Order: sequence, then structure tokens, then C-alpha cells
Amino acid sequence: MSWMDGWWAYAFIAIAGWLATDIWRWLGVLAGNRLRDDSEALNWVRAVATALVAAVIAKLILYPTGVLAQSPLWLRLGSVVLGAIVFFAARQKPAAGIASAIAALAAGLWWLGF
Amino acid sequence: MDSTNRIEEERSPLGWFLAGARGIFSLPAIILMLSFVGFCSLTVQAGIPLAQVVFMTGIVWALPAKVILVSSILSSASLATAFLAVTLSSVRLMPMVAALVPELRTPKTPTWLLLVLSHFIAITAWVFAMERVPAVPRQHRATFFAGFGITLVAANMALVGIVYRLVADFPPIVAGCLFFLTPVYFLASIWNSARHPVVYAALAIGLVAGPLCYWIAPEFDILLAGLGGGTLAWAGERLWRSRREKSA
Repeated sequence: MSWMDGWWAYAFIAIAGWLATDIWRWLGVLAGNRLRDDSEALNWVRAVATALVAAVIAKLILYPTGVLAQSPLWLRLGSVVLGAIVFFAARQKPAAGIASAIAALAAGLWWLGF
Repeated sequence: MDSTNRIEEERSPLGWFLAGARGIFSLPAIILMLSFVGFCSLTVQAGIPLAQVVFMTGIVWALPAKVILVSSILSSASLATAFLAVTLSSVRLMPMVAALVPELRTPKTPTWLLLVLSHFIAITAWVFAMERVPAVPRQHRATFFAGFGITLVAANMALVGIVYRLVADFPPIVAGCLFFLTPVYFLASIWNSARHPVVYAALAIGLVAGPLCYWIAPEFDILLAGLGGGTLAWAGERLWRSRREKSA
């Protein structure tokens, strides 16, 4: 794991993390008012970006690391589904959906003896 | 509201900076901090040293980008692969920043200041700013946002630094719930902050495409799911839109 040692780790984080994110922030500033918010190209970019983050979310739920790696899949999926139901029932309040999904997961983990 | 307007106009720049800083006690900021505790536990489990986690928090800031960066490090991806994955996931920052900048700037605001301030924009800061900034007098908006953004980043860097040693000793249920907070928070906040129909379609397709692509090509799953799933969502939404326009 040579990336962990010394300056290379910081260079890695700076290039793949900082540069890769701030480029878009700077372009966003420069685009500012001139950017047409209704252009088809931007719509595509938006769709690709959202699908990418969604894929990351799905992977975190289906293939978690650490403690949750030993938890059953039905518990994780069930918690998310319950959270989604409460989220929509509570007029799309993020706090309600998040709290109920986490509560369901906690109850399930406790019941399974974690 | 009107009676307080005169007092608010007279508030000093420092006063506006502090008014922004107080946003740290808002619900989105508190959820974000809990998510950062969750992210911290992810980095501990991934074996990333404390100093690098604090560095990452300040310099990258956007949480989805950091999760992808950590996953790339975990799967020992090359610098080019990690850069590409993080870049593609951060495209969403550009329209967010572009939408916020006209709200923050006055004709006198220098571009370098906006470039510096843009670093503090991520999902939570953006949602907060779009919501609260219109109530702030225009000449103080950049100061107000700087107060919120800088405080939020600094607080989370400190939080990650303090919590790093503790998360390893957390009971399994707490550690598990904190890990789970990140995906659940993203799901709720992306759905909630979506302003275009294509975002809903892309979110749904991406959730299915992610695992599917992992099964087909585990090395490029995120990129494949993003490009393929996103294009599918865009094409589908476009077709639906043109049909609706025709029938209307």
C-alpha cells in the first residue's frame, strides 16, 4: 500500500480529490450567468452525474464495508424502503425518511444480536 | 420582519459573517455533521490515516466525491482512474455553482473572490444558501455565505479529527447506523433538491445500473453506470418530454 506513505498520499488526494472537484466549481463560477440552464447538453451532464452518484449509493447499500458487511441484505433494503415510504408520507421531509431508515436498521441489528 | 429590516441593513460585515456562521445549527448542517461522523468511520475501516482524512475533508469538501475517492483508494485504483471517477461524479457541482453565483454577486464582486468561495459549495451549503441568501441584502450575501461555508468546513475538519479515534470503539450498532447514514442522506437530499425531472429518472436508473454494472464489469462499474444509466435516463426523459409537447 505505497499510496499511504508520505507525500504521495497527499498528492493523490490533491489531484484526484481537490483538482477533480474544484475544476467544476471554477467552471461553474465562470459559466455564471451565461450558462443556459435549459440546454440539452447540461441536461445530459446532469443525468450522468446523478446516475453516477446513485450507483455509488446502491453500492454502499448492497456491498457495505465494516460492521454492515455481516448484516443481512433484506435488513438493509427493508430499512431503505421503509425510509422511502416515510419520506413520501411526510411530504418529502429528508429528516423523517433518514430517521426512520436508521431506526429500522438499528432495531434490526439489535434484534439480530449485533 | 419589516421592523427588523433597518437593523439588518446596519449590521456590520462581521455581523453578516457571524449570521452565516450561525447556520451551523440548522438541520441540514447537523445532518451533514452526522454524515461526516459516518464518513469518518468509513475511512477508519478503509485504513486511511487521520491526517489524510482531515486534509481530505478540507480540500475536497464534497462528500460524494470523497466517498468515491476513498472507494478508489480501497480498490487500489490508479491516479488516472480515481481522477476520472471523482471528476465525473463532481460535474454536478458546476450547474450548482453556476446557479448560486448570480445570487451571491454584485456588479463589484471580484471574480477571484467567487472562485475562492466556490470551494465551499457542496450539496448542503448549496441547499442552505439558495434558501437563505435571498433574505440577505445583496452587498452582504458573499460575506454571509463565506461565514456559513468556512464555519461548516472548519467544524467538520475538527469533528473528523476528534471523532476519528472514537469511531473505532463505537458499539457495532452505532458504527453500522453511521455508515448507513451516508447513502440514506444522499438519497433523500438528491430527491429533495432535484429541480429537473431528469434527476429523478437518473437517480432511479443509477440505483439499478450500479449493481448491474458491478456484476458485469466490476472494475468500471461506477463509470459505466453513470455514463450508460445517465444517458438512458436523459434519452428517456427527452422522449417523454417531446411526446408531451407534441400531444399538448
